[in-house]
Amino acid sequence: MAYSNKVIDHYENPRNVGSLPKEDPNVGTGLVGAPECGDVMKLQVKVNPATGVIDDAKFKTFGCGSAIASSSLATEWLKGKTVDEALAIKNTDIVAELSLPPVKIHCSVLAEDAIKAAISDYKKKQGVTGKTADTHAQPTA
Amino acid sequence: MAVKLPIYMDYHATTPVDPRVVEAMLPYFTEHFGNAASRNHPFGWEAEEAVDTARKQVADLIGANAKEIVFTSGATESDNLAIKGVAEMYREKGNHIITCVTEHKAVIDTCKRLEKDGYRVTYLPVQKDGLISLDDLRNAITDKTILISIMAANNEIGVIQPIAEIGAIAKEKGILFHTDGVQAVGKVPFNVNELKVDLVAMSAHKMYGPKGVGALYVRRRNPRVLLAPIIDGGGHERGMRSGTLNVPGIVGFGKAAELCRLEMEADTKRLSALRDRLDKKLHEGLDEIYINGSTEHRLPHNLNISFAYVEGESLLMGINDVAVSSGSACTSASLEPSYVLKALGAGDDLAHSSIRFGLGRWSTAEEVDYVANKLINVVTRLREMSPLYELAKEGVDLSTMQWEVH
Repeated sequence: MAYSNKVIDHYENPRNVGSLPKEDPNVGTGLVGAPECGDVMKLQVKVNPATGVIDDAKFKTFGCGSAIASSSLATEWLKGKTVDEALAIKNTDIVAELSLPPVKIHCSVLAEDAIKAAISDYKKKQGVTGKTADTHAQPTA
Repeated sequence: MAVKLPIYMDYHATTPVDPRVVEAMLPYFTEHFGNAASRNHPFGWEAEEAVDTARKQVADLIGANAKEIVFTSGATESDNLAIKGVAEMYREKGNHIITCVTEHKAVIDTCKRLEKDGYRVTYLPVQKDGLISLDDLRNAITDKTILISIMAANNEIGVIQPIAEIGAIAKEKGILFHTDGVQAVGKVPFNVNELKVDLVAMSAHKMYGPKGVGALYVRRRNPRVLLAPIIDGGGHERGMRSGTLNVPGIVGFGKAAELCRLEMEADTKRLSALRDRLDKKLHEGLDEIYINGSTEHRLPHNLNISFAYVEGESLLMGINDVAVSSGSACTSASLEPSYVLKALGAGDDLAHSSIRFGLGRWSTAEEVDYVANKLINVVTRLREMSPLYELAKEGVDLSTMQWEVH
């Protein structure tokens, strides 16, 4: 399979690999996919509670090069966006940016799912713990 | 010594033609170009004589008589001829065939087609080590069973089935026994009489011969196996396979078979040492790697390893100057990972994480070291970005987690 140069670049120099503290109320974590399907993505966002802007994003991915590139690109795009802007990222944007072939479109779908899951987790935490929870906030790794 | 890149370590897929084989073939393209079926002039006689020599060379490799070798276009055709040929010829005797789930598609899909035509096929499972259970085989036999088709060595995990034991059971029950010998013949000792096999599919390009030529061994005595042809025409190959013989290809196959017979012992010794070296280095450099299939009953040049928590295609991308195969779905058009690895019951995640290494006549220790070091680096890097590795290190049992299967 031939990969686009952008996929190869993200594979060789993945952006924002790592983990944020998942107990932090300002961190939303999304874990999507399944090992038996050959791809699992963990995507995390850290939201500034004052501004609602995503300060940091990290990912870890088990999957093919396109899956790694899709999640790496997603973290790049997430940083600096508000939560609502982040939800507007579509898998087709990822497909276009990385020139993914049809058989790899599911990788971009998974990345979109991961963004939505991470933000949904963040919103759930905020709803449950309230806005005062940021006293427990931990510094960004 | 610097290694030459890219490195070929996919000898189960195909092998380069040995230069000695090429040399033997060349005159048969131009100088001795005759049709082996031309009985009335020297051009034909020369071609026929060359084919006869090759037939003897292939027969000698498996302890057969030259008259028992039918040349074909390759092992896929040989498997088709053996299975369909027996099914049609022995239809009155019965309609049941026994094979196994890890067979090559040339066998499985042939059996599936026969099922549509009213035959009944039993696909034996394999045990964790990739071998069939002889008890399962005995239990599957009915009075309608006409054929057992079990491969000698598996093309993905390299495990060698208990062919002699299967042959003895087949003989005792009076059932014909076909084996797909593609990966085993020429690599490990194989004698049709000791193993009691009645039909053997072989391929030249897996043993340093040319592509497009194969053979089927068809037993002539005790019992005499009859086959209905699947290609009709001029009645070549004693009526079992019509079509003008591929004389240069057959000459090359014969030479390749002779070289394999003469050099098998030395090749085996050298390749099993290289294989063990690769295995040892990988195990020293990485934790949680698992060999798929029996290590005891295995081809000397095969290694199939699952690198837990790392997906196969991303692994191949990281070692793109090394030619190997992965059992991951992403490397093929299908959405399912290797059915062979799935059949071992190790879990789909490990099937997605597997790499098949196939060593061969031109593999070197330097290549093995290069590949091992590169893999250790890539697997370590990919594990650092694997959420599964992170979860496992946190003590989470991945098999009990609820995954959203998409």
